[in-house]
Amino acid sequence: MWRWLHPYAKPEATYRLVDKMLPWFAGLTVISLLVGMVWGLAFAPADYQQGDSYRIIYIHVPAAIFSMGAYFGMAICGAIALIWQIKTAEWALPAIAPVGAAMTAIALFTGAIWGKPMWGTWWVWDARLTSELILLFLYIGVMALYAAFDDARTGAKAASILAIVGVVNLPIIHYSVEWWNTLHQGATITKFERPSIANSMLWPLLISLLGFMLLTATLVLMRYKNQLLKHELNRPWAQAELAQASSTSAEEKR
Amino acid sequence: MAFDSFSEFVHMGGYGLYVWSSFFLTFLVIAGVALETSVQRRRLQKESLKVQRRKQRLARRTQQASAEE
Repeated sequence: MWRWLHPYAKPEATYRLVDKMLPWFAGLTVISLLVGMVWGLAFAPADYQQGDSYRIIYIHVPAAIFSMGAYFGMAICGAIALIWQIKTAEWALPAIAPVGAAMTAIALFTGAIWGKPMWGTWWVWDARLTSELILLFLYIGVMALYAAFDDARTGAKAASILAIVGVVNLPIIHYSVEWWNTLHQGATITKFERPSIANSMLWPLLISLLGFMLLTATLVLMRYKNQLLKHELNRPWAQAELAQASSTSAEEKR
Repeated sequence: MAFDSFSEFVHMGGYGLYVWSSFFLTFLVIAGVALETSVQRRRLQKESLKVQRRKQRLARRTQQASAEE
């Protein structure tokens, strides 16, 4: 059943697949982000309580959701790397971690900027904000641990273990607004009842979500390509790939 | 359209500074990650050239050595 996956333990096969997918992800990212942002900023109605300040939701919520989504993906790669010792899974960690950390940082500072006019404060040490901050530290920890060993594979193992253990933080982030008293509002879409948001505001939010998902994927794939090339720099296929790319960019300059 | 004029759109009902600064900072962070990734790629290209030159030099040297024998 899983046989189709086997060739992708070979870095070159993985590279070819990623290379083929990347333009699609990048193109769809641009389209969906453009539609989501313009719709959210200019066409969605203002909120009856929060006025136009609520429009920050169109980056805050997607960034927060995919800061967790990217972490889950990274932990899965860590598990695959630990269980099956597949190098191409190990290399996904340094590709995903900086992108996830960027998403986490975006969620944190857009939240602070949204909190100032609505709550009267940039920051409170409540469960939602603190657990999201811990997510940022987990990402930084994974990056630091990955780079901390002379032997890259030892570093990858250590980072994988941290990534897997850190998964416990994800449900804490998600349910923090229900488990503890907080300034943060409850979930808007990720719950079992109907979303507590009007359709005219929900649609641009869903498109922004799609846009941030594709954006995360695009950035991760770009970085993953670099990781594959970095570890295969002595192989002819990687050299051919890099030589080809540099000659085309030189032609563009002319 | 939720706004009647462009200046109202920029004003965002008094929240312009908050809304636009969060969108701008988000753009900066994403552009930063993308830029760092392409710098990484260019560094790899240079590294690859170095590796190739070293290989060619080694090949030439072994050829010369075998010719002298």
